[in-house]
Amino acid sequence: MKKLLIYFVLFICGIIMIIPFVWMATTAVKSQMEVNKGNVGFLPYEKYPVIFDEGQEYRIKIITTSSDSSVVNVINEEGWITKSFYKISNNAIREKKQIKFHFENFVTAFKKVPFGRYFLNTILVSVSVVFGVIITGSLAAYAFARMRFKGREFLFYLFISMMMVPQPVYLIPSYIVLNQLGWLDTYQALIIPWIANIFTIFLLRQQFKTIPQELFDAAAIDGCSRWGILWKIVLPLSKSVISTAAIFGFIGSWNSFMWPLIMIDNPKLRVLQVGLSYFSQEASTHTTLLMAASTFSILPLLILFLIAQRQIISSFASSGLKG
Amino acid sequence: MKKRKFDFGPYLYILPALIIILVFRFVPIVLSFIVSFFDWSVIGVGKFIGFSNYSRLFHDPEFWQSLLNTFYLVIFVVPFSLITSLAFATMLNNIKSLKAFFRSMYFIPTVTSMVAISIVWRIIFNQQTGLANFFLTTFGFDPLAWLAESRGILEIFFAKFGISLPPSLGGPSLALFCIIIVTIWKGLGYNTIIYLAGLQNIPNVYYEAADIDGAGKITQFFKITWPLVSPTTFYVLMMQTIVTFQVFSQIYLMTGPPIGGPLGTTKVIVYYLFDKGFGESNDLSYASAIALALFIIILTLTLLQKKLEKKVHY
Repeated sequence: MKKLLIYFVLFICGIIMIIPFVWMATTAVKSQMEVNKGNVGFLPYEKYPVIFDEGQEYRIKIITTSSDSSVVNVINEEGWITKSFYKISNNAIREKKQIKFHFENFVTAFKKVPFGRYFLNTILVSVSVVFGVIITGSLAAYAFARMRFKGREFLFYLFISMMMVPQPVYLIPSYIVLNQLGWLDTYQALIIPWIANIFTIFLLRQQFKTIPQELFDAAAIDGCSRWGILWKIVLPLSKSVISTAAIFGFIGSWNSFMWPLIMIDNPKLRVLQVGLSYFSQEASTHTTLLMAASTFSILPLLILFLIAQRQIISSFASSGLKG
Repeated sequence: MKKRKFDFGPYLYILPALIIILVFRFVPIVLSFIVSFFDWSVIGVGKFIGFSNYSRLFHDPEFWQSLLNTFYLVIFVVPFSLITSLAFATMLNNIKSLKAFFRSMYFIPTVTSMVAISIVWRIIFNQQTGLANFFLTTFGFDPLAWLAESRGILEIFFAKFGISLPPSLGGPSLALFCIIIVTIWKGLGYNTIIYLAGLQNIPNVYYEAADIDGAGKITQFFKITWPLVSPTTFYVLMMQTIVTFQVFSQIYLMTGPPIGGPLGTTKVIVYYLFDKGFGESNDLSYASAIALALFIIILTLTLLQKKLEKKVHY
């Protein structure tokens, strides 16, 4: 009985959490006309007047109406007039309610601005960032975890202390640095500053430290070099932490907004989030198209999440244990 | 004894990460101090102006307004998010089947982009075609102006009973309250997951022993769960506070035009920084001073929490 109550509360809260997404998806397939008329519920209803003649239903458009009768046009499915100026008693006019999905909204929204290009830019940036983060992170973490050298502690704490500085703080000087390098409005500006991630180095270092020393000794005796040990022993043993780092890198890069908003001016280099933001200003009253665009821009990460939810959630959960 | 040759190897491994972090983290952080003391524009270095940006900041009512709005955001978001996510996690920890299903349901907002969901929420709070007013009118309430409402939530609440509060006691505007709701909603999944991990670390024997001693569930929660989960609470508190201080996308996409909401009541510190630096005035050095003020606030909070954390750890 008590369990049942818990399930009930969890279910209600879950519904509240995902209602915005449900409403987004259903509004995306509505007709804008219906939305403007005030049909803002969850179902993509359409209301239109009809008349019946010998059991047959005809869609009509009312031209003028008086107290007891109206002049109407009879129209077909496509909206073409099949019979015009038809006088009819008001009692004969019925209102019809029908569910109709306007999937063409997705196509319209996708074509309104070059979303295809935005998707490609975002994929290019996110994939490059993930590879960069893993490569630079593995190399640095390997040195921090497994090598002795002068300045190791100092460099490590320097890195960690910079991790605590929030992005808005270094945003403006980063803009100045990129400007000096001549990188504003280039792909480099979106990729290069992000191909080293302090948190990834920290995460990988923790993992590399757990690998038993005997493995390293045995490999060294067999004549394996430092480089060889990294490739043949360390990385294969760290697959799950590497995929955690990749997940963080990809989601972070895909969703990043403020950085590309500031560093990029050229519409051709816009990433998805920035393109979507401009689209939301241009089409601010066109709610159905905005919802359609939001839906397809959320979809790739949502699908990724649904496929790998266990891995993604445990990655996020492990990020908290360092505290 | 043969002297060992200096080993460059480790440095080569660190080099790629080091270069990136030095150029794109270390240099900008140092630069942000310097920039705030100069009359700096996009073209290059101007003359040294000392603390004048900071004294300007101190006398800038817009800055104080944005700071107040940011504090409202933090004060409303953090406690509510903490309590709700702990409640979710406690419930999830008490069930066996469907756990993964509910966990995923709560987590979806965390992985989706702030831009897309801000657009969705903006339409939800739209006066004419929004879901929020649809619910209100369906249940027989008057529709609200939501994101276009500059009156404080307390002001609106007391006005219902015929009491008129002065605007200074009105609390955050309804528009800012919408931002608060979205910010809580977005972070809830992550906080729940972190709490769940914390709860799972508590050994079951404590609860079994308490059961034998006849302690009720509520007593168990306050005597066992709450103290033992306190490191997690501190982590969630710290992260949510820091994240909330940096809210930007919601403001940029949900409020306006003009961005910053009705009468500037949703202008937060990061948006103010962005507006000064990259808006019409393009004043990079003043924006740097704002960034530094933000940094000092976050640093103080981090240090404070680290100090307190040591006391509360069990």
